[in-house]
Amino acid sequence: MTTLFTRIRFAAGALALLFILALVPPGNAQQPTSVNPTASSVKEDQLLREMNRVGGRVSIPDTKSGIIEQPAGRDWRHFHEVTLKWIGVISIVGMFALLVVFYLVRGMVRIEGGRSGRVIVRFNTMERFVHWMTATCFIILAISGLNITFGRQLLLPLMSPETFTAWSQTLKYLHNYVSFPFTIGVVLILLMWVGNNIPNQVDAEWLKRGGGIVGDDHPPAERFNAGQKLIYWIVVIGGGAVAISGYLLMFPFYGTGIAGMQLAQIVHGVVSVLFVAAMLGHIYIGTIGMEGAFEAMGEGTVDVNWARQHHSLWLKEQMAQQQSQPGPKGRPAATPAE
Amino acid sequence: MARMKFLCDADRCIECNACVTACKNEHEVPWGINRRRVVTINDGKPGERSVSMACMHCTDAPCAAVCPTNAFYTTADAVVLHSKDICIGCGYCFYACPFGAPQYPRVGNFGSRGKMDKCTFCAGGPETDNTAAEYDKYGSNRLAEGKLPLCAEMCSTKSLLAGDGDIIAQIYKERVTKRGYGSGAWGWQTAYRETIAS
Repeated sequence: MTTLFTRIRFAAGALALLFILALVPPGNAQQPTSVNPTASSVKEDQLLREMNRVGGRVSIPDTKSGIIEQPAGRDWRHFHEVTLKWIGVISIVGMFALLVVFYLVRGMVRIEGGRSGRVIVRFNTMERFVHWMTATCFIILAISGLNITFGRQLLLPLMSPETFTAWSQTLKYLHNYVSFPFTIGVVLILLMWVGNNIPNQVDAEWLKRGGGIVGDDHPPAERFNAGQKLIYWIVVIGGGAVAISGYLLMFPFYGTGIAGMQLAQIVHGVVSVLFVAAMLGHIYIGTIGMEGAFEAMGEGTVDVNWARQHHSLWLKEQMAQQQSQPGPKGRPAATPAE
Repeated sequence: MARMKFLCDADRCIECNACVTACKNEHEVPWGINRRRVVTINDGKPGERSVSMACMHCTDAPCAAVCPTNAFYTTADAVVLHSKDICIGCGYCFYACPFGAPQYPRVGNFGSRGKMDKCTFCAGGPETDNTAAEYDKYGSNRLAEGKLPLCAEMCSTKSLLAGDGDIIAQIYKERVTKRGYGSGAWGWQTAYRETIAS
């Protein structure tokens, strides 16, 4: 019995071995005559096609230098040299030209019926402080930012390279440091006026009637009309976008790599030039575009006739508030509960 | 005049990092900056290759195009150099550079950028050749002494080649023909818009 079992096992084993041998391809049995050492080697064009960059490991501590090649830099160059410049020129020069034409056609929007001589508080000291802090920062940031983008073409030919560098270097530091009060200003603007800037039905009506920009109509408006609300949201959203993208550029490699910084610069550049164009419109209407508008942010008070013309609902509300509360009209302030 | 180029034969590079060290020593490169580095791709896997990379001194250099203060200039040997007196450290050349060559020493807090530093092809800067002022800002000027970049000169396997583009391309082609393979001239398509047929 034992021998039969052994024989069967032997036969089965032999068959199995034969089967395995038959499966093995014959070519593998002999050594290859030549080795192609690059058969599996990495190929530059293949890596570039896969992810448009080539990276690896470096043994120096500067791990970010492991990106060996990023041809995307050339796309960024095209954006910076061509796209951004065109967007900037069209939006800023276009806005400026538009305002000049508008002023020549329309002139200053006068207060109907002249000044009443009575004034009403429009912006308190805190509001004006935040506005002018943000505005001053914005102007410095805009000039220094435009200098980085357009200075080489517009200013460098007018002065020596050393002078231009000294000027640009100073503006670079100003741009970096002034960004902090600007960001604080944008945050304060967001918190301070968000309640008055939620779009509503009044804005729809205001827009439908051309907002007083087109024609001589003066549709009713609350504290801020639809146009001012638009400026508000441009400042808050645009300011937020330039602040975030700007800080990513100011602190290189904190949170972003090279691709992230290229993207941040694109956002920063495009939003900034559009922001400047929008603010040109804001400055126009706050100064030469409308009689009685500048004093709102200047002294903080506006003429009642101006308020009736441009912010009728707001004036009504303010009047109602003044009447319901015994105002300080020569009389010593009494306790309101009585 | 020659058109100077770098070429790294990745099939020869053994990642000894001697080019990195030699460069840093020769030019007294500022702390935290490496003008040249060796990157190993697919490290530890079959087909891994190491490439020594620095500024490639591109044709129509992107850094020069985007510089807001026009700090870059190209020498008669087609070496892309810059003036640290004109640079304001804005970082734009770094965004544009396909090879990550421009680097900035940290000045002050938050890592704000100082004057840009990059490979000079051992050709110094705009100052008078081989003066202390030039050495202080850009390192030694070997080209003015009739020598080639040190990284390539002392490469132990002669993987890194530096010199007239036509000559080093010819050397590389002969190598590829003789040994029967070559993974190409890394970065040449991006930097010079040309490849070496292999």
